[in-house]
Amino acid sequence: MAKVFIYPATSLVLSDMVERWGHEALGAATSIRERIQTPSLDSPPLQMTPEDPKKGLKYAAVEVPCGVRGRMSIYGPLIEEADAAIIINDADLSFGCMGCARTNELVMYMVRQQEGLPVLDIKYPYSEEEGTAFVTQIKEFLTGLGGENNE
Amino acid sequence: MSEQPVRVAQLSCGPEHSGVQKEIYDAAEAVNAEMFFPDVTLADIRRSYDAFGLEARSGDLKLAIARAMALVEGNVEADAVFIATCFRCAEAAIVRNELRRYIHEHSDLPVVSYSFTERTTSGTLLTRMEALTTIARRRALLAREKQKGTTMGIDSGSATTKAVIMRNNEIIGTGWMPTTEVINSANGVIEAALKEAGLEMGDIEAIGTTGYGRHLIGDKIGADLIQEELTVNSKGAVYLADRQHGEATVIDIGGMDNKAISVQDGIPGTFTMGGICAGASGRFLEMTAKRIGVDITELGPIAMKGISKTVPMNSYCIVFGTQSLVNALAEGNSKEDVAAAACRSVAEQVFEQQLQEVDIKEPVIMVGGTSLIEGLVHEMGDLLQTDILVPHHSQYIGSVGSALLASGFIEEK
Repeated sequence: MAKVFIYPATSLVLSDMVERWGHEALGAATSIRERIQTPSLDSPPLQMTPEDPKKGLKYAAVEVPCGVRGRMSIYGPLIEEADAAIIINDADLSFGCMGCARTNELVMYMVRQQEGLPVLDIKYPYSEEEGTAFVTQIKEFLTGLGGENNE
Repeated sequence: MSEQPVRVAQLSCGPEHSGVQKEIYDAAEAVNAEMFFPDVTLADIRRSYDAFGLEARSGDLKLAIARAMALVEGNVEADAVFIATCFRCAEAAIVRNELRRYIHEHSDLPVVSYSFTERTTSGTLLTRMEALTTIARRRALLAREKQKGTTMGIDSGSATTKAVIMRNNEIIGTGWMPTTEVINSANGVIEAALKEAGLEMGDIEAIGTTGYGRHLIGDKIGADLIQEELTVNSKGAVYLADRQHGEATVIDIGGMDNKAISVQDGIPGTFTMGGICAGASGRFLEMTAKRIGVDITELGPIAMKGISKTVPMNSYCIVFGTQSLVNALAEGNSKEDVAAAACRSVAEQVFEQQLQEVDIKEPVIMVGGTSLIEGLVHEMGDLLQTDILVPHHSQYIGSVGSALLASGFIEEK
């Protein structure tokens, strides 16, 4: 089983596919669950505090907007933890919205920069044919990582 | 509070991820406002985003655009709009500004925009939020055009404290002194104003307070109206300038922060408050006067004799501005030119940082103590390419606005 970082990190479809093929999906839900379950933090709605943008300084400089740094404190550790990653380029809003375009640029760059990290870098499908190829590519990539449900 | 909360629609990108969402909620709660996110569907986002025509890449900004259109089209009801995005984000700054303009042009909703950092506190947001709710809740009060009875207005600013006594639409007493200990300064100006008016405290029928110390003073003397300076100053400005009907822009460069307010019939529509740095404030001008060895009251006339463009000044920061000032003097520039350059520097920062966020509508009225510095008014007029109106008693703007609005409470007593 591999830990697979998914982009868009909010994509439930992608998260589900990763789980189906026997891996653990590293997405926004993982970090947000952690924050919600941590007692004594009370900043709604994400249980984030001004401390998070400071933690994000590890991934983005102080000149970078605080919203980017706050988001990076969610995604940065996931990317570091990942054994593999899937990047869906130009995804539709409904496939998983990532909010901040600048954070997205940085997240994708960081993923591509991780040495030795297998990355599936594909385009979002806009036709049935492309959709089939899209799922097949993801399946092949995930199968190649090894895991319980591999045939 | 028994009043219904004012419903403020939030259009934003980033505050929940920056940890400042709680500060926004706290500021709203303090003024009995309720923040909400207008509901839109995915189809609304696609449609609105295409219709609006601004190709923002960020999902949250696309959502903000759809929410703004839902408000303008009346699909979602709100009393006011708060637009907030991350400081330093260029894309968000473009969207923030265009949404503010769009809402202002297509609805009568009061709107304020703000760029935050993770260190933004509810205290910083409070005055803006208070102004938003006041405009939404007290339109009737703000429509008051004449002062009635005998009322007093006290403006406890960061640099100076002012008091004005008005009777039957005329100023009959004034008091002015530097703000030191807030209550003592207030007592001093009240005493001076009463003396000038030949009245006693018992003659005053209603009192209004504004400025940084408004709550402390207002609670202490039992004021009828305790109100932030954005709405009070707008009202005071159009009243003194005799421009209560139609459009106007009010610029108030204060000791600590600046306000630029776009006004329609005496009611603020959009406004910005605070620059990035004290370099664009009365404080910088005070420091300039001290450095060139003149009283602040002499700075304006001296600046009028100088040529501002001969001395390059850094207008983005009080530290770099001071450095430019010291260098300019060391290079042998005349104090007239340096004074003019300092005025130009303050005007430039207000113009570049704040006036871009409100729509400039003539007449432009300058108020507050700094409006008496004619060099500053001249430079601002030059930048805006318009004649600036400085009404009589412009330095007492907050007190006059408070005294005027407070008279609405006499009838309630």
